[in-house]
Amino acid sequence: MATRDQSYSTLLPSLLFLLFSLSLLRISGFETVVEKKEKFSEDLLIRPLSDGKVLSHFYFKNYQLTLGSAAHTHVFPKAISQLVSKFHITELELSFTQGRWNYEHWGGLDPIASLNAKPSGVELWAKFDVPIDQVDPTWRNLTHALSGLFCASINFLESPEGVASPNLVFGSKKKPGSERHYGLVRYGALPREAVCTENLTPWLKLLPCRDKAGIATLLDRPSIYNGHYHSLRVHINRSGPGRAVVLEQTLTLVLQPTHIRERGMKELPHWSLTSLFGRKLEGKCPLALSSHVLLELERSLVENVKASGGKAGEKVTSEGEQVDIADNPVFHVSPDPENVLVESVDSGDASKQPSLMLEYDLQRYSLKQPLNLALLWRRKVAWSSVRGPFRVSRFLIGSGNDKGSIAIEMKRNFNLSLQDGETSAGDFVEVIVFQMVAWYVRLYMHTLMARIDGNPVPLRDITTEMLVTPAEDRLHPAVLEMHLKLPRDINRLCLTIDFDKGFLHIDEHPPDADHGFDLQSAFLSFPRSQTRRLYLNQQAAQGEDHPLIQTLNEPGFLHMYTTLLLVPLATPDKSMPYNVITFTCTILALYFGSLLNTLRRRIGEEERLAKAGSGGKLKKAIAKFMEGKSESQKRLIKLSGVILIAAIGVAVNYVLEQFEVF
Amino acid sequence: MAKPIVWGGIALALAIRFAFAAMGAQKQLGRRVEIATPLTSLMRLAEGQWLKQLGLSPYAGSAYHGSPLLLSLLGPLTSRGTGGQLLVRFHSSFFLFVVADLLGAFLLQEMGKMMDSAHQYYQAELRLDPQMSKSGVKELKSKSILQPGKGTGHAKVGLGDLAALLYLMNPFTIAVCVGGATSPIENLLVIVALYGALKGNAPLAAFGWAMSTHLSLYPAVLLIPISFLMVSGPDKPQWKVFERENRSKAHFPLQWERYGHFLFFSAVWWLSIILLSAAALGGREHLVEMLPETYGFILRVDDLSPNLGLFWYFFSEVFTHFREFFVMVFHANILFVLVPLTIRFHHRPLFLAYVMVAVTTMLKSYPSVGDAALSLGLLALFTPVLSDFRFSFLVLNGYLVVAILSPSMHHLWIWRGTGNSNFYFAMALVYACVQSILIVESVGTVIRHDRILWKSSEVRVKEESVMEHQHVD
Repeated sequence: MATRDQSYSTLLPSLLFLLFSLSLLRISGFETVVEKKEKFSEDLLIRPLSDGKVLSHFYFKNYQLTLGSAAHTHVFPKAISQLVSKFHITELELSFTQGRWNYEHWGGLDPIASLNAKPSGVELWAKFDVPIDQVDPTWRNLTHALSGLFCASINFLESPEGVASPNLVFGSKKKPGSERHYGLVRYGALPREAVCTENLTPWLKLLPCRDKAGIATLLDRPSIYNGHYHSLRVHINRSGPGRAVVLEQTLTLVLQPTHIRERGMKELPHWSLTSLFGRKLEGKCPLALSSHVLLELERSLVENVKASGGKAGEKVTSEGEQVDIADNPVFHVSPDPENVLVESVDSGDASKQPSLMLEYDLQRYSLKQPLNLALLWRRKVAWSSVRGPFRVSRFLIGSGNDKGSIAIEMKRNFNLSLQDGETSAGDFVEVIVFQMVAWYVRLYMHTLMARIDGNPVPLRDITTEMLVTPAEDRLHPAVLEMHLKLPRDINRLCLTIDFDKGFLHIDEHPPDADHGFDLQSAFLSFPRSQTRRLYLNQQAAQGEDHPLIQTLNEPGFLHMYTTLLLVPLATPDKSMPYNVITFTCTILALYFGSLLNTLRRRIGEEERLAKAGSGGKLKKAIAKFMEGKSESQKRLIKLSGVILIAAIGVAVNYVLEQFEVF
Repeated sequence: MAKPIVWGGIALALAIRFAFAAMGAQKQLGRRVEIATPLTSLMRLAEGQWLKQLGLSPYAGSAYHGSPLLLSLLGPLTSRGTGGQLLVRFHSSFFLFVVADLLGAFLLQEMGKMMDSAHQYYQAELRLDPQMSKSGVKELKSKSILQPGKGTGHAKVGLGDLAALLYLMNPFTIAVCVGGATSPIENLLVIVALYGALKGNAPLAAFGWAMSTHLSLYPAVLLIPISFLMVSGPDKPQWKVFERENRSKAHFPLQWERYGHFLFFSAVWWLSIILLSAAALGGREHLVEMLPETYGFILRVDDLSPNLGLFWYFFSEVFTHFREFFVMVFHANILFVLVPLTIRFHHRPLFLAYVMVAVTTMLKSYPSVGDAALSLGLLALFTPVLSDFRFSFLVLNGYLVVAILSPSMHHLWIWRGTGNSNFYFAMALVYACVQSILIVESVGTVIRHDRILWKSSEVRVKEESVMEHQHVD
């Protein structure tokens, strides 16, 4: 035995060495293989916002060509790979959001806002590639799988009570309303779900470097959960060419920079990576093909810079005025960017400045020379983000817990010219409204009314398509999808619909029922409003190494969510079940008892007569029947009577269950 | 007959209705829980009509739970045009409801006349005249039935007129008519059934019974009183009283032939209702979905929104695993009393019908004041036999209390938020108490009345035999 042990102890180091060298071989081989089958890239986009806050958008893109639950994955998360193949997912989007996107100050008409402004709580939609009758079971299983994967109560979406099957919106980046889903899409939202680090950790686990290297190292928990808006998003798309799986993981944060107080500086919203996240970037994730940090400067800000810089009238070109844009009288960016991308604006609009993108390649930074991107304002400037053509809001009309109306309002942003953000010329403003309302808010669909600029308009004049699913109690929610074609000069559209408030069983109430019930956000999609931002890079032929820019360059459409709606419902007194049961039963017993007593009571001679003669015919018959029977026979007869009654009971129960009466 | 009073009353009742409607009371009352239940709400009917116009089944959502025939009748009044903007126009159905109320009152008047003449006929037949009984007077004096002036024949307003006026002037009837709920039509059909049965008109009785059962299920229990009415005619004293008077049974023939007609016409009406419903829903296969959405909805008590009944709060509080048991017990309560009541009142089938209507009013899953309007309207038909009803003051005030406090409590709970659900449910309990007192006491009074008849006939027979002996001597 001892000799054997010895031989092992000598063998072990050599074995380890062999393994190590093998793994090295593997890594060297991997470089070549991965390039074709799996790609991973990371990007961070930072945009100063006009209200002094800073938008940071983390963008991780993972691409896998082959698919199969048995296939080995290198960089691509196996969990997602299996999820996609098991549930036959064509497209899926899951988001965890806290806070409300401010369409006024943070931008509406740009791809970041349109894709990442999400309703509070959890939102999930998925498109499946299964036969129509399999969609619901697949969705149920998917919610459970995701629930486990992301440590969230997504499994509450399994019951059809809160799930819709949208036909016009969600799914694919095609023009909304241009294709139908034919029941293959399911949508659900949990407005009350709290978003926390326990959702972030599994999300990070899907990244090849987690938060140990690369851009994800910035995700310092206390600072990112301290922001005004936080949206964690997972988007899986398998509908592209070659059925490759594209996994996009984004985290969109709006943070308030803690002011850097330096000598001689005014209190302006200066920020740096360290002030925002408390960390610097010490290089890229080694597994990422590309790793960039981008600083986006909005059109209006660039205009301001131009106006104040004394060089007004000169058109910014990426090469000629690089220094100018990084260090000018309005702000100072350090360090200098490697590259500046310029948005291509319509050539007809010469007065307009394009927005700029300062690019930093993380390959150039390392532990010794970390990147600490910082922006110092030199003076206060007033500028604004690009807003969408409309502001949308939703509110309740009426008070009391009996009835009310829901109103969805669309107001034009007046400071914008009519053409702004509307690419395809036409005489209409098109909008698709998707609204899902839980069954206990009983909508009266026939009361749906539209008002344009305050005047009632017949619905049929403005709708090209209307898909309605009325709610079924405790089964599914009411779903309303409307494709509206509105006159071009519309300023205000108001859709109202009346409802009665339903009443729930005490077990159906959520823990804090008196807080009210959250209604999922309404979703509005504008098929004629393009959000794409076309950034041109004269140096490289774009493409592969810049996935985020690629996403911004893709044609996209303006999507907006309304805020959640808190509907208070009347609640029963939950401390009273026993009292209610006893009171009600007492009343019933009193009524039944006294009625029966009145009916059968006889007084005076009647009673005497009844006892003496005619009464008790049944009793007599029974006595006659029992006569002459032995004790055991009597007992048997009584027993059979009991059995007969029990059998009737069982039979009734069986019939009720068989026909599902209840 | 004091016609001017009756006509004046009718005119006044109409004036009240139109005045309230003109003031826009419909907007206030139309969606009140006391008036519009999930079954009778016109708002839900309009939703069903809208869905139907879209080409969907009216039962597609959980909005409409009524009959497809009612939808075909009232639906076009609630909507305009096809598709697009639909405006709810309640006033056109309001006229229909006024007509229904008037027709109901007219039929009640006719029923009252028939009941009155039957009452007088039997009184004469049994020689229940105070002059006839001498020695028994002292004992019976206190019992109002034999006192002159209290009998209906001497009253200024006839029994029929009284019933019609009470029905028309009942604030509950007015509220339901003005507010807009389908109860006036349901009530009218129940009255039609009872009128037809009382008159011996088999097709009419069958039509009323089948239609009202089709609309609201509960009138199904009226089959038994209607059968007795068809077979043995209107209410009369117990058979043993006639027996004592040595009347042969041939004097009161059992009209089985008429009953056969009734059964035949019931089958005909049911068949046509089913066929018409299928046509209204656009296919026989839709009938299958109609049953769980109408009768099933009534029996399962799915909708727990508050109303005047006992069900909603009980079933929103009761533990889920007991729910089915209690649903069965609550519904069975209606059927349980049917047998003892029938044994006791088979000689008074119309009264039996009234008691069953009152019991269903109390134990309905979605009751409204419209149901109370019907049962109170029928109650007036029994004024002669109920003349020594004991707790009339208590019951009347009970109704007043409920009518005033129930909306207040609802307001406190739902609108002000200063009260809670128990406040409102307490009123539902009071309402149930008042109704059960009314039911039990009216049943007891009629039993007492029969007992007095029996006793007085005994007294008289003794007297007569004594007189005969004296005569012989």
